Amino acid sequence: MQNTWQNPLIYLLAFTSGFCIMGIELLGGRILAPFFGSSIHIWGSIITVFMLSLAIGYLVGGKYSTQSASLKRYGGIFIIAGLFILPIALFASPIMEWIFLLIEDSRYGSLLASTALFFLPTIVLGMLSPYSVRLLVTDKNESGQVAGKLYFISTLGSAIGTIVTSFYLVLFFEVNQIIISFSLILVILGLGAILANKYSTAQEVNYA
Amino acid sequence: MLKIFNLYAFSLIICIAPIFLSAQVSAEIIHNERSLYRNIIVEDTGDLRCLRFNVKNSQSSQSCFLKSNPQSLVFNYTKLLFSALLVNNQPERILIIGLGGGTMSNTLQQIFPQSRIDNVEIDPSVIKVARQYFGFFENEKVKTYTQDGRIFIKRALLKKQKYDWIIFDAFNGDYIPEHLLTKEFLTETKRLLSENGVLTSNTFSSSKLYAHESATYQSVFGEFLNVRNKKNNNRIILVSSQQLPSDKDLLQRIEGLKYQLSPFNIDIAAIYSSMASSNTHQDWPKKTRLLTDQFAPANLLNLE
Repeated sequence: MQNTWQNPLIYLLAFTSGFCIMGIELLGGRILAPFFGSSIHIWGSIITVFMLSLAIGYLVGGKYSTQSASLKRYGGIFIIAGLFILPIALFASPIMEWIFLLIEDSRYGSLLASTALFFLPTIVLGMLSPYSVRLLVTDKNESGQVAGKLYFISTLGSAIGTIVTSFYLVLFFEVNQIIISFSLILVILGLGAILANKYSTAQEVNYA
Repeated sequence: MLKIFNLYAFSLIICIAPIFLSAQVSAEIIHNERSLYRNIIVEDTGDLRCLRFNVKNSQSSQSCFLKSNPQSLVFNYTKLLFSALLVNNQPERILIIGLGGGTMSNTLQQIFPQSRIDNVEIDPSVIKVARQYFGFFENEKVKTYTQDGRIFIKRALLKKQKYDWIIFDAFNGDYIPEHLLTKEFLTETKRLLSENGVLTSNTFSSSKLYAHESATYQSVFGEFLNVRNKKNNNRIILVSSQQLPSDKDLLQRIEGLKYQLSPFNIDIAAIYSSMASSNTHQDWPKKTRLLTDQFAPANLLNLE
C-alpha cells in the first residue's frame, strides 16, 4: 500500500538533487579559479569528474536499490550526500593549496582537485536517480514512463539549479553560503523522507 | 524568365558592389579566427591596424598601432599606464598580465632595453596573432607565458620573485576574469611587488563594478590614484608599495620623463593632470561590498 503523497515527495527530492548537482558543478569553476585559473581545461576537469561520478553513482544506486529498498534508505542517501558536500565549503582551500604545490600543470592539478572535492558527493547524488525509479515503479508496463517522468523532473531541477545559481545566487551570496545551504536542504529532505517513512509504516501497522 | 532574372541579379550586383568596395577601403579584415576563448579579428583601416575580440562592437579594440609609425601609441589608456613611471622611473622587472597586440611590451622594451619583461596571456591564439600581425618582439629579456594570470602570480610568489612594475590589462574584453578582481588576488599581487614596486590596472570606469572594485583596491592597498582620460571611459588604478611621491617630486620627475616619452606620443604632463587620489576623491559609497574569491559576480555587476 502506497500513500498518495509518497510519489510527489520522491519527485520533489529528485528535483532538488538535480538542482544541487548542477548548482555545485557551476560553482566548481569559481572554487577552482583561485588556484587553477579559468583556462578552458578547468571546465574539462570539472565536467569529466561530474560525468564520471554520476556514471558510477547510477551503477551503485541501481545495485543498492535491489536490497530491500525503502523511503528510509532513500532518505539516508540524501543525508550522506548533504554531509559529503560540506567539505567543499569547509576544506576546499587547504586541499587545493596542497594540490597546487604538488602539481605544476594546472590541467592535472585541476583534475585532481575536482576529484578530491566533487567525486564522492556526486557519486552519492547520482545514486538517487535509479533508487527513485525503484521506489516509483510498481508495474513493469509503466516502468519506462515512470523513468521518463523522473528524468524529466530531475533534469528540470538541474536546469533551474544552473540558471538560479549563476544568475542570482552568486549575486547575493558567498560561494560557501550557497554550498552549505545545498547541504542543509539535502539533509533536511533526507530527514523528511525518513520521517515520512516512519509515519507511513506506523499507519500501516494501525490499519493492520 | 531566366533572362529577366539574370538581368535583375546583374543590376543588383552593380548597385551593391560599390558599397562593398568602399567598405573594403575603410576597414579590411586581414585575419579572423575563433580561438578557445573568443573571436580574434585583425583589421586594417588605412594605416591603422587593430586587434578586436568581438565582431559587433567596433568600440572594443584591444590594441592598435600605425603601420607607418609602430612606436607611436594610439590608445589613450595605454598612455595612461605610463603614470607608473612617475612613481618608479627605473622598473627593472616588469610583469604584464594580458598581452593584447603586445604594444605595451614593445614600447617598454624600447624605453628600458635592459629591463626584464614577462608577458602573461591565457589565450595562445592571441600570442600567435601578436607575433604575426603586431610585430610583438621577444628576446632573452622579453618572455611570454601562456598561462592564467592568477596562477602565474601564485607560482611567481612560490619562487620568491619580485616585480617593480605590474600591469593588469586583462579586463577590456567582453568577459571579465572574476578571479583577477578579488581581495585575495590583490593581496597576492601586493606581495609580488618589490620595495619600490608599482601596480597599474586598466579597469572599469562605469557600471556598478566601479564601486566594488574601488572599495576592494582601497581595502588591500590603502590609498590609490585614479588616472582617467577626458572622455572618462577608461580609468587606470595606480598603487604603490611605498608612499606616493610628493607633488614637488612628481613635478621634477615629469621634467625628466618628458623627453624620454615624447617619441611614443605620451604626454606625461597631461597624464599627471588627470590623476586623482582616492583619499581626496572617494567617489563610491562607503559600505560597498568587497569582491572576494567567495563573492565576485563581476560580469553581472558590469551589466548594471
